[in-house]
Amino acid sequence: MPISKRCIALPDLLMERTEARPNQRQEEAAGVRHAPKVRRRANRVLRGVAGLLLLAAIWEFAPRLGLVNSYFIPPLSKVLDTWWHLLVTGQLWTHVSISLVRAGVGFSLALAIGIPLGAAIAWYPPVRELVTPVLELFRNTAALALLPVFVLILGIGETSKIAIVTYACVFPILLNTVSGVSSVDQQLLRTARVLGLSPVATFRKVVFPAALPTIFTGIRIAGAAAVLVLLAAEMIGATSGLGFLINYSQNNFLIPQMYAAILTTSLLGLAINYGLVALERRLSRWRV
Amino acid sequence: MSAEIELSDVRQVFRVRGDEGREVQEFVALDGLDLTVREGEFLTLVGPSGCGKSTILDLISGLSTPSGGSVKVGGRQVKEPGLDRGFVFQQYTLLPWRTALANIEFALEAKGGLSKAKRRERALEYLDLVGLSDFANRFPHELSGGMKQRVAIARSLSYEPEVLLMDEPFGALDAQTRERLQEELVGIWRRTGTTIVFITHDIEEAVFLGQRVAVMSSRPGRIEAVIDIELDRAATDEDIRSTAAFSHYRHQIWSLLRPEGVHRGAHLEEVHRVA
Ligand SMILES: Nc1ncnc2c1ncn2[C@@H]1O[C@H](COP(=O)(O)OP(=O)(O)O)[C@@H](O)[C@H]1O
Ligand SMILES: [Mg+2]
Repeated sequence: MPISKRCIALPDLLMERTEARPNQRQEEAAGVRHAPKVRRRANRVLRGVAGLLLLAAIWEFAPRLGLVNSYFIPPLSKVLDTWWHLLVTGQLWTHVSISLVRAGVGFSLALAIGIPLGAAIAWYPPVRELVTPVLELFRNTAALALLPVFVLILGIGETSKIAIVTYACVFPILLNTVSGVSSVDQQLLRTARVLGLSPVATFRKVVFPAALPTIFTGIRIAGAAAVLVLLAAEMIGATSGLGFLINYSQNNFLIPQMYAAILTTSLLGLAINYGLVALERRLSRWRV
Repeated sequence: MSAEIELSDVRQVFRVRGDEGREVQEFVALDGLDLTVREGEFLTLVGPSGCGKSTILDLISGLSTPSGGSVKVGGRQVKEPGLDRGFVFQQYTLLPWRTALANIEFALEAKGGLSKAKRRERALEYLDLVGLSDFANRFPHELSGGMKQRVAIARSLSYEPEVLLMDEPFGALDAQTRERLQEELVGIWRRTGTTIVFITHDIEEAVFLGQRVAVMSSRPGRIEAVIDIELDRAATDEDIRSTAAFSHYRHQIWSLLRPEGVHRGAHLEEVHRVA
């Protein structure tokens, strides 16, 4: 019989530990001091901004001081000036919107193909065994290596660009879906069976939510791949889009305009990545 | 809300890989097992690890079908899982992306026939039953082990099954939390009248909870004995575990579980070999 039962007051239900965190004494012993959270955050943001300003300063003054050739690398102010001009005349938006549509359509198609196909592959082991080697082969064939094939078959119009984006995006999504769906906690599946859930309901309420974080990793990789592959495709054979704008500017010695377009792709990539991260965070608030 | 469970001459054989090589062997987990659980009874099943306790619950729940014999719940042959039987596992099985409340609603969604508002109301009611109304909106990772099992119990009771199957549900909890939950479970059982089959490898837990304790032996799994537990539980301020009667039952079961049986078996084998 545990003697302790009498000696130690049973902890109140509300006091039961709900999260693990070192207490103050442990924190001191470990030498970690807690700066107030807000201040730490402010410091981090300030340093980040300082880093960006430093980069901007180097870009501005290195050409002006003659450290680099200012024809090939014009000062930042000149690039920004051109960027502003492109923006207000609406030229920039024309190219950005065209690129966005191509990337968006290609990416959405990849989602529509990758997730159901991945789920089906993971759900039926024989299917999985059948297609895994094929998938591995395709996955290891770089999308850009296939670009000439796409152009050959689909021409240089929108179709080939959307198709190449879809191709590049579908594999990360598909493979992550397969891995997410097939590694769902068996115990959760048993619970679903005990409750008599139909296969469809089990998938919708248990398997898919459980696999979502893994699927999202694939989606983020696909987001980055979409931009990369699309730019390359637009550089090779297009008459519009950001990739075209970069390449066209370079061919016509519109150097500031080229940098303005490059800067835009960086911003676009950032926006896509942060957007996906934010979405992921929203969908997985339940995680530790 | 209760039902009689009847296992007769149950045999369960698993196909396993041999120790060496790849040939498939048959492993007899249960053989000639008979067990009856009365309506509304709290029966605990105690036995050494690996003797086939979980296998029995899988059969009653319908997660697996026996190689031989029959398994009946409420007079009907068990064919598949159903909402007349609830199951609480040792491992935490809450959906981590749903709050405590939503996890109970999940079971009620499976049951069907209830509006969203009704489901919510019922889920809150059962969360209250296990004393967790204040934690309705917490995610599982924000709950302690004991709280998670409370939610799991509430979830299994929420659709009002006739039988509640529990497979070492408190096995992963610390001693104090476990004792609290044991007391709470007895209270819940009294209030709901659900038939409970509770598995444990802890003799004290078996004696404390069960109206009857079924003692299992292993290889192959059989019911060795079923012991009626008669303890005066009315004396609430007394520590029932420290009474003479309690120790008596504990010792009796301990003796049944002693590896004596194994020795006897080994001895018999020797005799056979000599003969
Ligand atoms: N699916 C299975 N395949 C092969 N062997 C199994 C399977 N399930 C259980 N067993 C075996 O059957 C025996 C009883 O298992 P189990 O019922 O889980 O024991 P307990 O719950 O009493 O610890 C164990 O020896 C175990 O290895
Ligand atoms: Mg077990």
